[in-house]
Amino acid sequence: MTAEAINIEAIRADFPILDLQVSGKPLVYLDNAASSQLPQQVIDRIVRYQTHEHSNIHRAVHYLSELATKEYESARIKVQNFINAKESREIIFTRGTTEAINLVMHGYGRTFIGKGDEIILSALEHHANIVPWQMLAEEKGVVLRVIPMNDAGELLIDEFEALFNEKTKFLALSHVSNALGTVNPVKQMTAYAHRFGVPVLLDGAQAAPHKSIDMQDLDCDFYAFSGHKMCGPTGIGVLYGKAKLLEKMQPYQGGGDMILSVSFEKTTYNVIPSKFEAGTPPIMAAIGLGAAIDYLSAIGLAKIEVYEKELLDYATEQVSALKGIRIIGTAAEKAAALSFEISGVHPHDVGTILNADGIAIRTGHHCAQPLMQRLGVPATARASFAFYNTQAEIDKFVAGICKVQEMFI
Amino acid sequence: MTDMRQLYQEVILDHNRKPRNFGTIADANRRADGHNPLCGDHIKLSMKVLDEKIDGIAFEGDGCAICNASASMMTSAVKGKAVQEAETLVEEFRNMVTGSLNPDTQSNHLGKLKVFSGVKDLPSRVKCAILPWHTLHAALNAEASVSTEGDADPIIDSDMVSGHA
Repeated sequence: MTAEAINIEAIRADFPILDLQVSGKPLVYLDNAASSQLPQQVIDRIVRYQTHEHSNIHRAVHYLSELATKEYESARIKVQNFINAKESREIIFTRGTTEAINLVMHGYGRTFIGKGDEIILSALEHHANIVPWQMLAEEKGVVLRVIPMNDAGELLIDEFEALFNEKTKFLALSHVSNALGTVNPVKQMTAYAHRFGVPVLLDGAQAAPHKSIDMQDLDCDFYAFSGHKMCGPTGIGVLYGKAKLLEKMQPYQGGGDMILSVSFEKTTYNVIPSKFEAGTPPIMAAIGLGAAIDYLSAIGLAKIEVYEKELLDYATEQVSALKGIRIIGTAAEKAAALSFEISGVHPHDVGTILNADGIAIRTGHHCAQPLMQRLGVPATARASFAFYNTQAEIDKFVAGICKVQEMFI
Repeated sequence: MTDMRQLYQEVILDHNRKPRNFGTIADANRRADGHNPLCGDHIKLSMKVLDEKIDGIAFEGDGCAICNASASMMTSAVKGKAVQEAETLVEEFRNMVTGSLNPDTQSNHLGKLKVFSGVKDLPSRVKCAILPWHTLHAALNAEASVSTEGDADPIIDSDMVSGHA
């Protein structure tokens, strides 16, 4: 790939929060996998919407309602283009990835998956892509099968393929692991599932901010991601679904906007995507997500991916050179996350001590307790990168680790 | 708190490296498990209480330095004490790390445990320091299978401690 280098100074100037001082030190924000920061362009767009454009959508005939509706629907088209979906009606706005997956569990799972059927998940999943399926399993008597992984954090593809049988009814899989950064070969795995007629949901929460994603190329049936991990606000996420599946699914919630007509005898549901957007949606957040997509697209996901790969490689090299550190998750294909443990030091102590130098990392189980059990650790420390991070920040992070080690020797 | 040495003082690091009273009491008559699901801190406490006095106490567990040191120093502090004195320490320790007791200006029995006072400036770590104490309280009140102290500290889940006699 020959993407030009990104202009890091200009990019950093777009993010006002990066000027923050924490504990009297410049903020080094390495918790992007939990939530990323907003550039001024997105903040301004949100303010402009609330200042000049706000009303409820799909309701009234007045100026503001029409304007808000137009902007909200224009955000949907931005999402469609961003992920190369065939049609904009395949884009459903949700509160986030979690709600998107729950929507599929309720709307698809409860109708089309029943007693004795099997759902395949992976050992790498976030709780958001485990618990909804467990709820379905408990309710319907569905069996969950788990794709195992090796010690590097890579899924075992032979074992994955061996899980399929005539009872397999669904595959729910992360595109990128939030805890380890592993990039799963989702296109290949989706194609394999389709040979058995099994629909595939991809949890793209950790992929959408870092990689160019293409629904028609991946050919998955559902794809879920969150706005707040890709420079948008919280409270907005996306469920992409193939139109033919969305059309035969049950609504997730009942209410306004998701109906065509209501009487006390009979309600007729609206067409997609409205069928799945009951009530007043997070209009401001959807428009903010549209602005975040504009911002990321202007830089270019290809450039972002190359730059973040350099950051990850640099961090991996620097951390590997230290004694007494184990990097957890060494898959050949990784996105911008580095999980690690320092021998003899609990991750929470690492996080507290780094925080005193203004360095923000995540410590804990990363909402992936089954994965932590598989790895045999109670928790890890994780640094996760965005395109606005720099090698100089990674140097501070590595110096912070050395400080932790000195303190605990 | 910007100087980590105020929190990670040598006494805390030492108790983390070499926890006192680590293990189990074979003929314990009070036991409780404390678990902090958020960070994975876990401690198992066993005690022998005779005539309303803590005759023996030991803990096992897997936690961060703050939690380990807190457990180690707690067992040293309450060993040989009357149950009522231990309960007073539970309350004072909790008040200190949640900021409602200043151990330098208000009367208390905390002694060496004052090294944990810096925790009050780190809301996300309060639960690490307090977990052993909640577990002690649950063990001493074994008729209650679940600690109900959560209301005293909004950070603590009321279900994080379970006790059994």
